[in-house]
Amino acid sequence: MTDITIVDHPALTIGDLRGSRKRLARERRVKLFLMGAAMTSVLISVLIVVSLVTEAGRFLSSADLGSLWTSGWFPREGFFDIKTLVVATLMVTGIAIVVAFPIGFASAVYLAEYASARSRRIIKPVLETLAGIPSVVLGFFALTWISPNVVQRLNPDAPLSNLFAAGLGVAILTIPLVASVSEDAMSSVPNALREASAGLGARRMTTSLRIVVPAAVSGLVAAAILAISRAIGETMVVLIAGGADQAQFTASPFQPSLTMTAAMASLAGGSDAVVGQGNAYQSLFFVGFLLFLITLGLNVAATRIVRRVRQKY
Amino acid sequence: MSTEQVRAPQRPTVSRTQPEGVVTETPASPAVLQADDLHVYYGEFLAVKDVDLDVPPHEIVAMIGPSGCGKSTVLRCLNRMNDLIEGCRVTGAVRYHGIDLYQPAVNPVEVRRRIGMVFQKPNPFPKSIYENIVFGPRISGMPKAGFEELVETSLRKAALWDEVKDRLKSSALGLSGGQQQRLCIARAIASNPDVLLMDEPCSALDPIATGRIEDLMHELKADYTIVIVTHNMQQAARVSDKTAFFTVEVNPDSDRRTGVLVEYDDTEKIFSAPADQRTENYVTGRFG
Repeated sequence: MTDITIVDHPALTIGDLRGSRKRLARERRVKLFLMGAAMTSVLISVLIVVSLVTEAGRFLSSADLGSLWTSGWFPREGFFDIKTLVVATLMVTGIAIVVAFPIGFASAVYLAEYASARSRRIIKPVLETLAGIPSVVLGFFALTWISPNVVQRLNPDAPLSNLFAAGLGVAILTIPLVASVSEDAMSSVPNALREASAGLGARRMTTSLRIVVPAAVSGLVAAAILAISRAIGETMVVLIAGGADQAQFTASPFQPSLTMTAAMASLAGGSDAVVGQGNAYQSLFFVGFLLFLITLGLNVAATRIVRRVRQKY
Repeated sequence: MSTEQVRAPQRPTVSRTQPEGVVTETPASPAVLQADDLHVYYGEFLAVKDVDLDVPPHEIVAMIGPSGCGKSTVLRCLNRMNDLIEGCRVTGAVRYHGIDLYQPAVNPVEVRRRIGMVFQKPNPFPKSIYENIVFGPRISGMPKAGFEELVETSLRKAALWDEVKDRLKSSALGLSGGQQQRLCIARAIASNPDVLLMDEPCSALDPIATGRIEDLMHELKADYTIVIVTHNMQQAARVSDKTAFFTVEVNPDSDRRTGVLVEYDDTEKIFSAPADQRTENYVTGRFG
């Protein structure tokens, strides 16, 4: 005969179901820590905006508003011609995207749709290495190689420092960004769609352009916006290859000038911060605030565009 | 009818060597598709071997067999879809109305316009129902004037018209799985193919949707020749005129698995009196 022990269950109380208090407390602490981490970046963004706005406001209240529309950017002499900086920025960004978009998107289509797995494995890391070149190196490359060998051949009158060379330098920086982000977007389009298309007698080009690109469009727009933001925000290349400190207004890309970022860097790096002659140093924040507005506008526009043209799959 | 009977014995035998590099056509064969000593390799690995198979016009040929037996691989050879797979290599011949599809002069794009395909998972484009249907006609340059009518006839043939006629411009992804698959059939039909290849077209569908697709296949037989791969033996028995049974052979040396065509005959015969013991084991449920 086997012994049968009857387990006597004690009455169930709420204490049994409440769980360990220690664990609950730890769970709460983890949540707080994670939230804190997420909030840090929000807090930093807010602080940046606040400092930009207050300093920019200080600049605007102290500056003669007429000095914002003159013939050039000479902050130490009290000439803060905003259009000089904006036009230079637009030219550099324009040149960069006109060069980088076709090359970047074409390489993405090649990598995602044409390349064999093996060549993709080789080419993509090379592209991403290009993205990792420090921009100061590219700036010198733009100044010492692109400018004499490309720009001065196109226009022999161009000085060594010019916006065109800066634009091409920025283009080199943005190509891998465009290519890599758009390649990711296109590669994530399901293969089933490519097969469906091929099964209907579509050529590879037709499948790429009519099926894959529309399906990946939100990623492609994201790539474009990232590239534009990068081009607008790029500083070192334009500072080295495009000119520094001060500039006469010019609408020619073959002249040296200052982009918004280059103007800011010149001010921040110089002695103005310490000496504080006039309000040259404060103008840095004003330009920074404008730059912030432009990139913010771009991001908002991008979100709208993506929402409109997005295809779900 | 009698002329066909007279002509049949005179069908020329297909010569495997092609002297002087002449493109040989063997027009007298009534088969729409004909696999001849077909071997498929993925890299060095032999995936399917020794497939000989004739697909007669306006019939439904089913390919059945356990997983990994190469039935889908063979199906994808019939319209050169396997070209899309890196490292896939085919030897032997696939003849379409007598023309070897694997000769260098053949452009696979043209082949796929004539031999349409429906896939295992419904794969409509993330576009409107209308745009899905006209994709094939559009890329082959058919005049736009006929599109409206083409959309209607294709959807009617795929038994989907009544369900979607009021929302042709809405996204195809809003349809149910069964509707999506019928849309994919309509899309394949719209390019006016001559053969439809179906790779387990019902495996992602519920029984009701499956029933509708099977009914549809019977109707489509009048206009098209159909080759279907299916996991479902009952389905093969219900819809097909002829059945090919494939199985897997394991190479004792390398442990590599290679698909082989065991038996190809009228469906009735395959299911009632198969010639090969392996077929019998499979169709009676003793294996696989």
